[in-house]
Amino acid sequence: MSLRHALSTPDAEKASLSTRLLALGIVLALLVTVPIWVPNSYYVNICSQILIWAVFALGLNILVGYAGLVSLGQSGLFGIACYTAAYLVSIGTPHFEAGLAAIGLAIVTSAVFAVLSLRTTGISFLMITLALGEILWGIAYRWVSVTGGDNGISVNTRPTPFGISLASPSAFYYSTLIIFLVVVAAMYVFVESPFGISLRGTRDQARRMTTLGYNVWLIRFLAFMFSGLIAGVAGLQFFYYEKFVSPYVLSLSTSATVLLMVISGGVATLLGPIVGAALVIVMQYVVSAYIQQWNLVLGAIFVAIILFMPEGLVPGSLRLWRALRRRRGSAPAVVTVPVEPES
Amino acid sequence: MARAINRRTILKGTAAGAALASLPWGRAALAESKPVKVGLLTVLTGPLAQGGIQMKEGVVAFMKDKNYTLAGRKVDLIIGDTGGNPAGAKAKTQELVERDHVDFIIGPLAAFEMIAISDYVARHKVPLLCLAGADNMTQRTPNPYFIRASATASQCGFPLADYVRKEMKLSRMDTIVEDFAFGYEQEGGFQLVFTAEGGTIAKRLWTPIQTPDYTPYLAQISDVDGVWQGFAGSNPINFMKQYAAFGLKKKYPVVGGWTAFDDALLPSFGNDAVGAVSGAFYSVSYDSPSNNHFVELLLRETHKTPGGYAAGCYINGMCVEAALEKLDGNTSSPEKTIAALRSLSFKDSPRGPFHFDHFGNVVGNVFIRRLERKNGKLVNTIVKTYPNVSQFWTYNEKAYLATPLFSRNKVPAKI
Repeated sequence: MSLRHALSTPDAEKASLSTRLLALGIVLALLVTVPIWVPNSYYVNICSQILIWAVFALGLNILVGYAGLVSLGQSGLFGIACYTAAYLVSIGTPHFEAGLAAIGLAIVTSAVFAVLSLRTTGISFLMITLALGEILWGIAYRWVSVTGGDNGISVNTRPTPFGISLASPSAFYYSTLIIFLVVVAAMYVFVESPFGISLRGTRDQARRMTTLGYNVWLIRFLAFMFSGLIAGVAGLQFFYYEKFVSPYVLSLSTSATVLLMVISGGVATLLGPIVGAALVIVMQYVVSAYIQQWNLVLGAIFVAIILFMPEGLVPGSLRLWRALRRRRGSAPAVVTVPVEPES
Repeated sequence: MARAINRRTILKGTAAGAALASLPWGRAALAESKPVKVGLLTVLTGPLAQGGIQMKEGVVAFMKDKNYTLAGRKVDLIIGDTGGNPAGAKAKTQELVERDHVDFIIGPLAAFEMIAISDYVARHKVPLLCLAGADNMTQRTPNPYFIRASATASQCGFPLADYVRKEMKLSRMDTIVEDFAFGYEQEGGFQLVFTAEGGTIAKRLWTPIQTPDYTPYLAQISDVDGVWQGFAGSNPINFMKQYAAFGLKKKYPVVGGWTAFDDALLPSFGNDAVGAVSGAFYSVSYDSPSNNHFVELLLRETHKTPGGYAAGCYINGMCVEAALEKLDGNTSSPEKTIAALRSLSFKDSPRGPFHFDHFGNVVGNVFIRRLERKNGKLVNTIVKTYPNVSQFWTYNEKAYLATPLFSRNKVPAKI
């Protein structure tokens, strides 16, 4: 039994549950009505971008947050889905088959990445994933007959699933929203599943997990594949959003951006990568219109996060909020402690 | 310092406009006074920012000179920083088109940015005045809403090769340039004409975009009459420094493209580049009323010698103004606007007289310039002017378009 259950009264539990459900309902309603209350299709597109990057960051969070493996090769998995879909669509393959192939190849690539990089952890793991990502970037840059080199590949259509055209910003937004919600739900289930708990076990006590008879390598391998699957889905969406692909998607800066999203929002939390994605995209595409030195501001925000909320925006804000409530003395002391893996 | 366009003032202006529109008697007046919106896509952050900032200076200086009024209409200039990557270019283009509803877009800087936004711009019918070289934008995959008043990547290489063969009498050369599309197309243009006129390219060397040390490449240069280099950004400075230090400057003369010896780079070169010959669509030393005014204006506004980036964008500004005058300030039809832009013909501009071909690409002067030290200052002295240079040089357009785009692997021997 966890500490949380022991300390909170049933009433408080019920109240917090209903507040949570209410908050969830409001957020969902806001998300679904974005194309109605957002004044301009430009901002609807920004919302689509946030959701795509949030999915990408959620996928990376499996590795960074729950497996404790910091990867700088995630753009490779994202980009290979982009390129596969782009190439196949440009030679006339139907969207459905191209999409399946894109995600399939992303999974296969992540398996190769995993086999090569999971021989180590820590800094070595980071360097191997970085090198693997750079190899794919180099191939995209050089294999001009297939990838178009740095001129990339352009296509001019989006798919029409179930006969619904995704050409308009709102229609495309809804497709990204559906995928986003599915991925969030999958992450929610995954984290509390026996697999998710054993993955966190490999992060915190790898040696003990081995002695307990768990196959640490296999658990990490499967987590890597899952992360690759989600990166592939995000890559496919990003390609259809841009309708263009160039080696930029495979570059180190793409990997670094998504890693910053995860870390600034809060690793090993469900909400963290989403908040991180929103922060970076809003700075990049909205704030940049008002402040020319927007990346200076973004840098300052990251420094502030490191200084005041080293655990990330979401857990940090929760901590500050609780401290504030406790000081006022108006709230019962509810102590939330992460559920310990049963061992 | 150029006046930075503050988004807030633009918003304020729009809000005032909206308030005015809600009054019944305000409508008629508004139709005439509604500002024309010009978007500038440029790179203000990251490694390409050097050229991007000059682009901004060129446009801002032009607008300031005209008091932000073209053909009787006020101008809102909205500047988008693409960050020098395709995704950023796409997002900023969407911002300019969908949020700000611009009537014209000037920019972007890099070919890969241009290719990323080309389809989008054509679908939303926004006239685009581009500076990027990407040959195919006005050749094999033309964009109907596109004009280019600067030059294709290969355009300045044709007359340069002709000059190098006929006047400098060099017959065997090595070429060296960054390993990306702008490099391939620049080199391809030079190589095509050079070999067609009997010259030989001995070695083609490609360097990564960021190369701190050129020694491994310089060591491969031997047994030639000269070297062509097409570097861009701040790479030419570094390259020429190492070229001279390696002792090659005395042996093999250097010729190059417009970005390689751009006027804006001159203060940084020192003696390493003296004697270099380049082909460019613009030169500070071109003597015409329009260019003298432009150079004086830019020196006053930025305290820097302008180069091709600033001149290209200034000329784009002139095109916007001339098109607006042709249209009596009415930009409601993008079809008519692009038609007006493409039909423009200038008797005088900072680059001399020019007009556009039916793809929207410029036909105009290419200057052959020699880098010299005069009164202690480095200048590009014009030694020959090739007038009316087309993107197809002297070739038949159909035959030219039947060949593949210049690439790392393939340059046709002749057309």
